[in-house]
Amino acid sequence: MLLRHTSDTIIEREALTVNPAKTCQPIGAMYAALGIHGCLPHSHGSQGCCSYHRSALTRHYKEPVMAATSSFTEGSSVFGGQANLLQAVETIFTVYNPDVIAVHTTCLSETIGDDVNQILQKARDENYVPAGKYVIHCNTPSYVGSHVTGYANMVTSMVKYFSAKSATKKDQVNLICGWVEPSDMREIKRIAATMGAKIVLFPDTSDVLDTPMTGKHEFYPKGGVTIPELISTGDSKYTIGLGSFCSEEAATLLENKCKVKFSIQDLPIGLKATDRFLVALSRAAGVKVPDSITEERGRLIDMIADMHKYLYGKRVALWGDPDTLVPLTEFLLTMDMKPVYIVSGTPGKKFEESMKSLLTEKVPEAKYKNGERADMFLLHQWIKQEPVDLLIGNTYGKYIARDENIPFIRMGFPILDRVGHSYFPAVGYTGAMRLLTSILNAILDKEDRECREEKVELTM
Amino acid sequence: MSSFLIERKRQIFRSGADQHEMLCSRPSVAGSVSQRACVFCGSRVVLYPIADALHLIHGPIGCAAYTWDIRGALSSGPEIHRLSFSTDLREKDIVFGGESKLYLSLVELIVRYQPKAAFVYSTCIVGVIGDDLEAVCKRVSKEKGLSVIPVQAPGFQGTKKDGYKVACEALATLVGTGDREVPEISINILGDFNIAGELWLLLDYYKRMGIYVNATITGDGRVDDVRSAHKASLNVVQCSGSMMYLAKIMKEEYGVPFMKVSYFGLEDMSDALYEVAKFFKSAALMSKAKEIVREEFGRLMPVLKEYREKLEGKKAAVYVGGSFKAISLIKALRLIGVQTVVVGSQTGTTEDYELIQNLCDEGTIIVDDSNPIELSAFVKETGADIFIGGVKERPIAYKLGLGFCDHNHERKEALAGYEGMINFAKEIYATAMSPVWQFTR
Ligand code: SF4
Ligand code: SF4
Repeated sequence: MLLRHTSDTIIEREALTVNPAKTCQPIGAMYAALGIHGCLPHSHGSQGCCSYHRSALTRHYKEPVMAATSSFTEGSSVFGGQANLLQAVETIFTVYNPDVIAVHTTCLSETIGDDVNQILQKARDENYVPAGKYVIHCNTPSYVGSHVTGYANMVTSMVKYFSAKSATKKDQVNLICGWVEPSDMREIKRIAATMGAKIVLFPDTSDVLDTPMTGKHEFYPKGGVTIPELISTGDSKYTIGLGSFCSEEAATLLENKCKVKFSIQDLPIGLKATDRFLVALSRAAGVKVPDSITEERGRLIDMIADMHKYLYGKRVALWGDPDTLVPLTEFLLTMDMKPVYIVSGTPGKKFEESMKSLLTEKVPEAKYKNGERADMFLLHQWIKQEPVDLLIGNTYGKYIARDENIPFIRMGFPILDRVGHSYFPAVGYTGAMRLLTSILNAILDKEDRECREEKVELTM
Repeated sequence: MSSFLIERKRQIFRSGADQHEMLCSRPSVAGSVSQRACVFCGSRVVLYPIADALHLIHGPIGCAAYTWDIRGALSSGPEIHRLSFSTDLREKDIVFGGESKLYLSLVELIVRYQPKAAFVYSTCIVGVIGDDLEAVCKRVSKEKGLSVIPVQAPGFQGTKKDGYKVACEALATLVGTGDREVPEISINILGDFNIAGELWLLLDYYKRMGIYVNATITGDGRVDDVRSAHKASLNVVQCSGSMMYLAKIMKEEYGVPFMKVSYFGLEDMSDALYEVAKFFKSAALMSKAKEIVREEFGRLMPVLKEYREKLEGKKAAVYVGGSFKAISLIKALRLIGVQTVVVGSQTGTTEDYELIQNLCDEGTIIVDDSNPIELSAFVKETGADIFIGGVKERPIAYKLGLGFCDHNHERKEALAGYEGMINFAKEIYATAMSPVWQFTR
């Protein structure tokens, strides 16, 4: 047993993180930046970080991930990374010719105190940046926040650099998308199109990290929000942020900068969150929810009704990112399941508040924690104290799943050992149906495999 | 792109066409989409397989999260190495220093996991914020009565290869602290990491020869074995990149001689057995080695012949971490009828590249520290059918419609040894001949 050292007695840990339920900021910034068309993410720091981030994204999306690095040396760590960054900007535009370079920092460049803003200004002033091309940046010190924070920071910098207000308003709604799969972004666009709502979705990694096989490697795939679209977000009539951790800061800035009003919704995961999203979008865009979508909803409810007795009271442990965990917890409650243990390595008060309001009445025994030392080790200890029927989270749960023999559904980031997440959405009503299907399959497969022989039945 | 390629010219080489010395081991150009990893990464992957030691990463969370169980280095016993421990430095630690957090973490971990030793890795910012890693390690070492070894591996100090050296230095502090009695005919296996159980295959061959394997460093590694490693008569070192340095230290300090071998491909695998027999000047060992080789060849050749018939004429591009491995691969591929048309590595030395050049057919492109644009261009230029590389190359290879074989940390089948050659042939065959490619070309 890989986790044989984990016991059920909770030990007080002062300092240590064991098996983290999060990773560092830059990878989030890199992922968000890939959601801009023609963008090359750039990691300002040592080459190791960049290499790790690219590998991790590649392992999750099973797609090539391009990003450049400032390749810090001993000298840069002493004298600062200005020379590296200037050279990098030049090299990138001559060699890789992107429309935009999205720079994020790393722990090292933050700690030595590089002023990236000023360095990039110098790059622009001294004509390192060709006409019509852009360099944007955000700060992503990993010792603050988590990968989610990095994503949010890059999204905010898209607003900071691009969103502009012109004389004419545009009949469109901004959707600032939290960290979800390319498949989810595609699904959100499909829903909006079905409703006839004009939107600008950003970032948008569909057709970037789920590209078809053509026999060619496109350095800049066709997807991603375009720069004109990003600029136009300042003229939109409204903004909906999906997931407060990832989108609230950007939405707030957009309002301050261009007077575009906004509301923050949960990511449309599960029945109720999708309901709320559709209401918000139909209001903002001034369109109706068409029958075809209402029918999708109906099919989802039909499915829950058919299956509710298999779902009732099942205890679930989940981990991952707050923006996903909140609506997912709500959806589990909708299906009469019991989300009992929830951890997220991402710090932030909102998580606790949301969980409290969701769980206090319905699942008073639930335990949840985020931020420092909210890690897989803690989750496992809780499970040891009282077991659960199902695990939902990223790949890092597989050890617990195996050691404790608990059915396990992969959801979140990273998923290093399965496919499908980038192709099949979890958002919207159909996404919810897919979630429900995997939950049921996981639980019933175990049941069928392990129940007494005389109890095996052909039908449900 | 062309100007960039000119600047890189001294890191690219066309066999038979150009005549210049390969300029390697230099950091990537700032702004390049380099595949290179850092010092920390190098030290971490080398030390990681020591299964009864604690591996604590002192730094922000990412460095630890990305190296959590990413390498299939199997252990036959304890598995502490597969857990991810980090001091998860936060903003206040950056300002006030992370020493106390490190101290507390170490103590907690040692009490809880009872490891045989602890490796504490420093990452880029540790030196910058001024933590005295060594002092903390010393203190804990004294208080807890076990070796706590600082691994000074700030990423910016160089490439992965520099990390190998740091790892070797860390190991060297353990070597010589044990005094296990070891028979005369004994070796250490250096530089095999027991990915997919490869080490166990090698152990079997040496055992069949009647050789005592004293320490395996670091595959399926144990702290006590490392401590007594100096007692062996010979260090057999694979993969010149990562473990040569330790072998050299052990030669200087304890007079243990070493030899370089490779376990990939039939030829090199057999040489590894012969050379060891030769070293001990034992006719008995030699005849055992010959017996094993005969037996294995007899078993494998007919199978490989079948593969060769089907694969004849296929072309491969090889881009791996160590250039020594690249050399074995070129030979192994030749054995199954595949011609190598592009060869590259991240950590080659000038001598390695010379060797490669002599081994390859005219026109083969040889490259140091490449990037995806280059690699794609080379693959197209040479019309390669298969790519052999690591996780970062895999998706590009597939996008280009090439077969792919992972010969890096993520290989799931043993590719070393005789058994490994069959697996290798099978993998190459399966990927080169997959029906999926007919839909993409
Ligand atoms: S140094 Fe910071 S940015 Fe780099 S991998 Fe470690 S945590 Fe992430
Ligand atoms: S911070 Fe330094 S040690 Fe950590 S991954 Fe980045 S380059 Fe490597």
